Amino acid sequence: MNAVTQAAGETAHVTQAASGAEVLLRCLRDQGVEVIFGYPGGAVLPIYDALFQQSDIRHILVRHEQAAVHAAEGYARSTGRVGVVLVTSGPGATNAVTGLLDALMDSIPLVCLTGQVPTHLIGNDAFQEADTTGITRQATKHNYLVKRSEDLARTVHDAFYVARTGRPGPVVVDLPKNILIAPAAYEPAGSKPHRSYRPVTQPDPAAICRAVRALKGARRPMVYAGGGVINAGPEASRLLGELVRLGNLPCTNTLMGLGAYPASDPNFLGMLGMHGTYEANMAMHGCDVLFNIGARFDDRVTGRLSAFSPDSFKIHGDIDPSNIDKNVAVDVPIVGDAGAILRAMIAAWHAEPAPQNSGALAGWWREIAAWRAVNSLGFTQDMSPDAVIKPQYAVQRLHDLCKLSMRDTFISTEVGQHQMWAAQHFHFDRPNRWMTSGGLGTMGYGLPAAAGVQVAHPDALVIDIAGEASILMNIQEMGTLAQYRLPVKIFILNNEYMGMVRQWQELLHGSRYSESYSAALPDFVKLAESFHAHGLRARNLGELDGVIEQMLAIDGPVIADICVDRAENCYPMIPSGAAHNEMILGPENAGRTASITDEGLMLV
Amino acid sequence: MSDAAQSLRSATISVLVDNESGVLARVIGLFSGRGYNIDSLTVAAVDQDRTRSRINVVTSGTEMVIGQIKAQLDRLVPVYRVADLSKDGPHVAREMALIKVVGGGEARSESLRIADAFRARVVDTTTGSFVFELTGSIEKIDAFIELLRPLGLAEVSRTGIAAIARGVGTL
Ligand SMILES: Cc1ncc(C[n+]2csc(CCOP(=O)(O)OP(=O)(O)O)c2C)c(N)n1
Ligand SMILES: [Mg+2]
Repeated sequence: MNAVTQAAGETAHVTQAASGAEVLLRCLRDQGVEVIFGYPGGAVLPIYDALFQQSDIRHILVRHEQAAVHAAEGYARSTGRVGVVLVTSGPGATNAVTGLLDALMDSIPLVCLTGQVPTHLIGNDAFQEADTTGITRQATKHNYLVKRSEDLARTVHDAFYVARTGRPGPVVVDLPKNILIAPAAYEPAGSKPHRSYRPVTQPDPAAICRAVRALKGARRPMVYAGGGVINAGPEASRLLGELVRLGNLPCTNTLMGLGAYPASDPNFLGMLGMHGTYEANMAMHGCDVLFNIGARFDDRVTGRLSAFSPDSFKIHGDIDPSNIDKNVAVDVPIVGDAGAILRAMIAAWHAEPAPQNSGALAGWWREIAAWRAVNSLGFTQDMSPDAVIKPQYAVQRLHDLCKLSMRDTFISTEVGQHQMWAAQHFHFDRPNRWMTSGGLGTMGYGLPAAAGVQVAHPDALVIDIAGEASILMNIQEMGTLAQYRLPVKIFILNNEYMGMVRQWQELLHGSRYSESYSAALPDFVKLAESFHAHGLRARNLGELDGVIEQMLAIDGPVIADICVDRAENCYPMIPSGAAHNEMILGPENAGRTASITDEGLMLV
Repeated sequence: MSDAAQSLRSATISVLVDNESGVLARVIGLFSGRGYNIDSLTVAAVDQDRTRSRINVVTSGTEMVIGQIKAQLDRLVPVYRVADLSKDGPHVAREMALIKVVGGGEARSESLRIADAFRARVVDTTTGSFVFELTGSIEKIDAFIELLRPLGLAEVSRTGIAAIARGVGTL
């Protein structure tokens, strides 16, 4: 307005200065952003206009803002880069909240740009106004509301710094529309350190020495590695492998850590926790020195805390000091980046003169071998062609046929039994190949996450292992697959039940299957076709391999509807409130079961 | 776990924060979201250009919980420093209270005598009321209020505690 009354020369100056939206995009380019996952609306139209007039940054239009966040998570987790989301104010921002909390709990670096009503309307209940920083405060690592144009560039750079450093996480930048339109001063990413946020990455050498002395001197050592190793980059996974082999240590991974240690390696005991292997959980229970690197003693891992790894000397390496002594008190805390900790441990291992107790270690491996012989992931598949497909077998065949294809394969999942079967039976030898919603357990995560992975890796094989209930939570993203020709494969283990709910009802609620039957399901083959994808179905064992082979051969998105045993339960299982050595082993190993206590019944 | 680890203690925690908007909501949200107690909370800018504020929180919990509170506060992005003053060494903690007593007769003069003994100042007087100002430890103010209760205690306004370490060390 003022510009109109100004001298002509000054008006020209005002219009030439870059708008907030343009400055924003320039900052994103500085941060190396190549892709944004988003959905437009009134408050962010200036950003969409600026996007339209450039070609460096690609925008992927999702079909729901929650999916934009999960897609950015898939992108981030499979590349190690910061995922970027753009949504409008009000409902755009509130739709993103589930995704933000998902990223917070799984430590995924994201920057989520949200539109906001102009600053002078904030607090007036304006159209599509939401208190976005208020609503997302507990769902983000940090958030910002940009109230002054001069703060815009620095705030965007800060947001990326906070998202990516320390324990990674989602950061929201709330952008009032007037800030996007008004001219703003550009600033390059600062070289000076952040005012207040300076996470410790280098471990304390004294703690490393104590840790190595304990681990090397252990009679029954155990390594428990989590998602922090993945977040620290592929080099950290390599170092984990080096340390484990150096000491011939047994190693388990958490759900978030799968791929950090190669599943095909003999030192790998499989995943631990509620649906972990017998050998991993028994070794956790029986070890005398436990080295946790990049995991957080989550309740799905520890089982009953008072009985968790009762006789072990505990070492805990974590980038986030608040994870240390949160659930489990430890003997040697080490704050630092997982890669830096592992590198220092390897150096200290070589420097430590005392030899390992090889006799005790050999005995420990014999004990582990006996637990392994229980074959806790075993299941029985009737091999006649018209037999009902066991879900575990379907995952096993999928894994074997993917392996045969020699293609770089990325797996995402939804949430439920299929997620656990995928974790148990699809073996990951490399990091960043496994995307799953661990901390929040968000149904509807897998399809958009797979889309995000495929955007980052256009030539890779990307498969969402899904349940028929979960897939419907973000099924609209089939449209995104079609629009961008993303050849994601959706492999539905269709048991016609919210299987995980059904399983808990069977075990804990007298088989009263309250509201857990997936009634009125769509015809997934037709559904695929209506979204311009291919639909396949396997009704029995005889059709399984053919469907998987066809799915892998099709150069485009596919839904493979795999009809599996409706009554199959996911074992082994540590019931809530039970200890690691009280696993339910399932029908293959009947007899050795833990009873569920009243206390356990109250746990989630 | 040992009894010492399980027993509750009170902690006076001082937090130096960047004075950005929402920072107090962040700290309070952390306490409510994670189920920690807040017995007292004060906040004010403490440097010349008002870019940094100091928050003092009195809380209680087991040793492990108090350790968690410190670590959780420390990882908030706008937090510069966190100190558990009650653990790190001797410290001074003071609160100011304004206390209104309404009434007349013997109770009125008795309240004045008690105020004198506590070195409270009379900051407002009418024929039917006093407002006392008292500065001191939480316990001292609690004791003063208890004594005034039967003597026409009408209203209390307390600041919450401000705390600082003794000696040359700073936050
Ligand atoms: C958004 C959301 N709502 C509810 C749940 C609770 N929940 C966990 S697993 C599950 C059932 C999932 O069913 P399905 O996708 O068919 O997978 P299955 O267990 O049958 O393999 C439900 C409802 C959840 N995890 N996420
Ligand atoms: Mg199901």
